[in-house]
Amino acid sequence: MAYFDAASTEPLHPAARDALVAALDGGWADPQRLYGTARRARLLLDQARARTAVAFGVRPDETFFTSSGTQAVHLAMLGALSARRRTGRHLVVSAVEHSSVLHTAALHERDGGKVTTVGVDRTGRVDPEEFAAALRPDTALACLQSANHEVGTLQPVTEVAEACRAARVPLFVDAAQSAGRVELPGGWSLLAASAHKWGGPPGVGVLIVRKNTRWRSPLPEDEREGRRVPGFENVPGAMAAAAALEAYTAEMHRDGPRLSALVDQIRERVPHLVEDVEVIGDPVRRLPHLVTFSCLYVEGEALLTELDRLGFAVSSGSSCTADTLRPSHVLEAMGVITHGNVRVSLPRGTSATDVDRFLAVLPGAVARLRRTAGMTSQ
Amino acid sequence: MGLRRRRAERETPREATPPAYHGPVPILTIDALGRKCPIPIIMLAERIGEVPVGQIIAVQADDVAARTDVPAWCRMKSQDFVAEETLPRGWAFHVRRTY
Repeated sequence: MAYFDAASTEPLHPAARDALVAALDGGWADPQRLYGTARRARLLLDQARARTAVAFGVRPDETFFTSSGTQAVHLAMLGALSARRRTGRHLVVSAVEHSSVLHTAALHERDGGKVTTVGVDRTGRVDPEEFAAALRPDTALACLQSANHEVGTLQPVTEVAEACRAARVPLFVDAAQSAGRVELPGGWSLLAASAHKWGGPPGVGVLIVRKNTRWRSPLPEDEREGRRVPGFENVPGAMAAAAALEAYTAEMHRDGPRLSALVDQIRERVPHLVEDVEVIGDPVRRLPHLVTFSCLYVEGEALLTELDRLGFAVSSGSSCTADTLRPSHVLEAMGVITHGNVRVSLPRGTSATDVDRFLAVLPGAVARLRRTAGMTSQ
Repeated sequence: MGLRRRRAERETPREATPPAYHGPVPILTIDALGRKCPIPIIMLAERIGEVPVGQIIAVQADDVAARTDVPAWCRMKSQDFVAEETLPRGWAFHVRRTY
């Protein structure tokens, strides 16, 4: 089985496994207590925090571990909105954010807040000027992903951060898809990321709240994680996340360009191999490992099942594959075909042979499904 | 009875009534109501050849994905997307055959 779904989750990195096992033995005690074993756990947690902070280019006291990327998103958004309630209750998001961001925006709206959604172009990219124009005197928070999770397009974070700074609006960046893979632009106030996307363990997210960013917990008071994140700290998870992030970032420095060349190959060859296909997302300003295309006249779920049978694990934004009946909000916002959608995201170490094999079986799979669906002409 | 009718009227506010469609009349209408995408798109692609070049074909569908997929299909296949007409159930998508 060739695993091409790194955007959902990256297989556990060996460095994470080693760190996890070591910290399960040495860091199980309560890091808030004062005896020897507890102090050792605290030391490990501090280490994990310091190493993670370095990777993100921030200070350790700005870095907090959460129980998931989604929890980091919830806390970043709700905490910033809560702290700036007196400024206003207006929130700006892009139309192609991860569902955790959009669901938080919907909650804010149900709670009486106002939300402006900034659209994207055909490649899924936000126009920084349009985003800047959405900022108002009563804007409490603006949210923009570093890169899109479904089509890989990089967002203009630097330009948007500049506009936010000028408007004195904090910017929250969801960096889940790019952390460890692509260098992070600066200028933002809050950030969320997820360790299992860079080969860390599941159940560990990262929340960063820069100094001078107002933030108030939307949850009942709790003394853990600098009063930012409630609950007993996952010290082994944090250690494993930090170890994986270091190892992964170093590897991606070398392997990223190779994966990107494989993605270029897929982008270039798929339209020649398969008729009536559209490769979507920005061809240049994109994540190194991710490519998405839509095949006309094919059901996304059927194509995934067929590719699985042929030994390839891929993902899709087509409606029948999601847990809702709606097609992907990202594809909708881009105005591209929502059926027959395939997302290929390459994990570290993907071989060129596997990509060649994929390109060899894809045309036959699409043709079979089109025949089954009753397409007679093309 | 009277009370029930008034309540029913309140439940259908005036602004929800779609504007009437006044564009060119399609010479062929395909019924894809109740069919999930990509079926409406397949039906459109299979049958657009039945109308002469320059004429309009309409496809009726109630899968919300069709609202994105029909215009996107027209863009990919260089056909002319004319209008989306709101029906009591679903929509009718009007497409002008260009070649």
